[in-house]
Amino acid sequence: MSVISRVALLGRAGLDTVSALGRSGIFLSNALLGRTRFGNSFALLLKQLYSVGVLSLAITIVSGLFIGMVLALQGYNILVGYGSEQAVGQMVALTMLRELGPVVAALLFAGRAGSALTAEIGLMKATEQLSSMEMIGVDPLKYVIAPRLWAGFISLPLLTMIFCVVGIWGGSLVAVDWLGVYSGSYWSNMQNSVEFVDDVLNGMVKAVVFAFVVTWIAVFQGYDCEPTSEGISRATTRTVVYASLAVLGLDFILTALMF
Amino acid sequence: MTDSSDYIVDLQQITFRRGSRLIFDGVDIRIPRGKVTGIMGPSGCGKTTLLRLIGAQLRPDSGSIWVNGQNIPELGREQLFAARKHMGMLFQSGALFTDLSVFENVAFPLRVHTELSEAMVRDLVLLKLQAVGLRGARDLMPDELSGGMQRRVALARAIALDPQLMMYDEPFVGQDPISMGVLVRLIRLLNDALGLTSIVVSHDLAETASIADYLYVVGDGQVLGQGTPDELMNSDNPRIRQFMQGEPDGPVPFHYQAPDYLADLLHREQK
Amino acid sequence: MRTRNLELTVGAFILAGLLALAVLAVKISGLSPSSAGATYSVHAYFDNVAGLTPKAKVTMSGVTIGQVTAIEFDKTRYSARVDMDINRKINTLPADSTASILTAGLLGEKYLGISVGGDDEVLADGSEIYDTQSALVLEELIGRFLLNTVSKEE
Repeated sequence: MSVISRVALLGRAGLDTVSALGRSGIFLSNALLGRTRFGNSFALLLKQLYSVGVLSLAITIVSGLFIGMVLALQGYNILVGYGSEQAVGQMVALTMLRELGPVVAALLFAGRAGSALTAEIGLMKATEQLSSMEMIGVDPLKYVIAPRLWAGFISLPLLTMIFCVVGIWGGSLVAVDWLGVYSGSYWSNMQNSVEFVDDVLNGMVKAVVFAFVVTWIAVFQGYDCEPTSEGISRATTRTVVYASLAVLGLDFILTALMF
Repeated sequence: MTDSSDYIVDLQQITFRRGSRLIFDGVDIRIPRGKVTGIMGPSGCGKTTLLRLIGAQLRPDSGSIWVNGQNIPELGREQLFAARKHMGMLFQSGALFTDLSVFENVAFPLRVHTELSEAMVRDLVLLKLQAVGLRGARDLMPDELSGGMQRRVALARAIALDPQLMMYDEPFVGQDPISMGVLVRLIRLLNDALGLTSIVVSHDLAETASIADYLYVVGDGQVLGQGTPDELMNSDNPRIRQFMQGEPDGPVPFHYQAPDYLADLLHREQK
Repeated sequence: MRTRNLELTVGAFILAGLLALAVLAVKISGLSPSSAGATYSVHAYFDNVAGLTPKAKVTMSGVTIGQVTAIEFDKTRYSARVDMDINRKINTLPADSTASILTAGLLGEKYLGISVGGDDEVLADGSEIYDTQSALVLEELIGRFLLNTVSKEE
């Protein structure tokens, strides 16, 4: 009896997952496809770019700086044992561009902007703002959701690039200015080993994929949440957990495909 | 199929379930044009659901909902949003857009649906705000207003596009006597001045009965009774009488379904 | 006024992102559009190029003067042909200069070092560097070292 009910439970969990996936797919296509008739859709996007992108800038820059500095410090300590400390620039740049840049920026983005998106949309749902928008004859998918999706898609790749540059600069700060690696070899080693297409562009492809997934999860969780304060808090937690897992899992798959 | 001249809304044999719970079981409701119709019933009987069915935010499991000669559940997404321009709904919480000022909230429907000039929008918004007595509050943000004022701003927003049908979802809940009186007067006044049809969903008996031309009492997924307020007050139906007179016990029992009290107590001692 | 500030900050944000991309392209991956055309090509044959890769730098006295463009196996000469582009400003390299494959640090990457010869003729586009020194292969080195010790003991 209990085995059967356990199997049934498993089946129901599977069905719930599939139906949530289906709903989120329909949600996404309804939000992004089809024309928007609002003349002010650019103004809406601008507002969201500010709250999603610009407000995430500070945490991105600070984290990037520290990660670059730590990478240089650790890398130097290991490489100096082999007398190859001038390769530290190359190590910092490749690590940042290929892995840490896209992944850490996406994780920070999920925590900073993703959770805020979920909570904001959830609150609009709980206070019936989305319903009343519908009754005014405005589709909230187009008016509320679509600009937030686009803002996320645009912001995260930009943030990732800034994150990488700041990190590599932070690495040079530690390696060159503090530990005394010759600055010419820091940069030229880097330039010799970093390929624009293979490393920079592949890293940016990752960032674009992560931007899509994280924003999608955040916005859908907000739109689909139970409209109570408890439901919003659970949806916010789910956004951060699902988005982080999705980023890390996808990163492995993308790395396996790219490098 | 429907006589659209006399009745603006015609619900025919509506069945709706939420999960396994049956909310409506073959309900027929007709809303006469130009009148204020009250829909009353105990909490949790699906009054709000009814408004959401008319506004097509929910779909019935079966039955048809005719609004102005259109069967709402059969409309496509685009047609639906067009049909909603002729409806106004006042939500229980007011549901103002918290990131817009009072003025912008009222201007919102005008801006998205019309190509009016800025001066025209301003005139119309001030007109609507004047009607609800909040012209002076136009530069405030929604969270700077009291609950009653928020609801009046929401009312101004709902009538911004001059709808033919206004729906009020529990407009009197949580209001002090003054703002309650203001709202009661406003609903009646707007209905008569703008030639609207109003549906008021409420369980506040006295207020609803004082403004409604016609009343429906719903409960247990059925229409328990209908008629003018006076007719219902003198109804013979015990369930309607219990509701209209506010008696604690009657056909709707005071106690939730439970085993016999004495047996329950004894049972515990035996354990 | 508020919208204007919003537009300004968002504009600055997007500009910063694009600037970062430009930095990644030019400063970090060394992509420079003007690098083509301002160089001339020479080639050299090596017995062993182990570890040298395309885009490795070509240096002279430690200063980078060009980069390796292609490495392929020449099946008629049974050796590796290395093509390199050298900055056009360095146009006075004697024809008998030596190209050797060097390593930056013990585990660092391989690069080409050019040491000056004494010829009057200079290297031009398409000419060959005849004097080459192959890559140092660690296993060979150790093998030779062991052989030496063994023969000394005898």
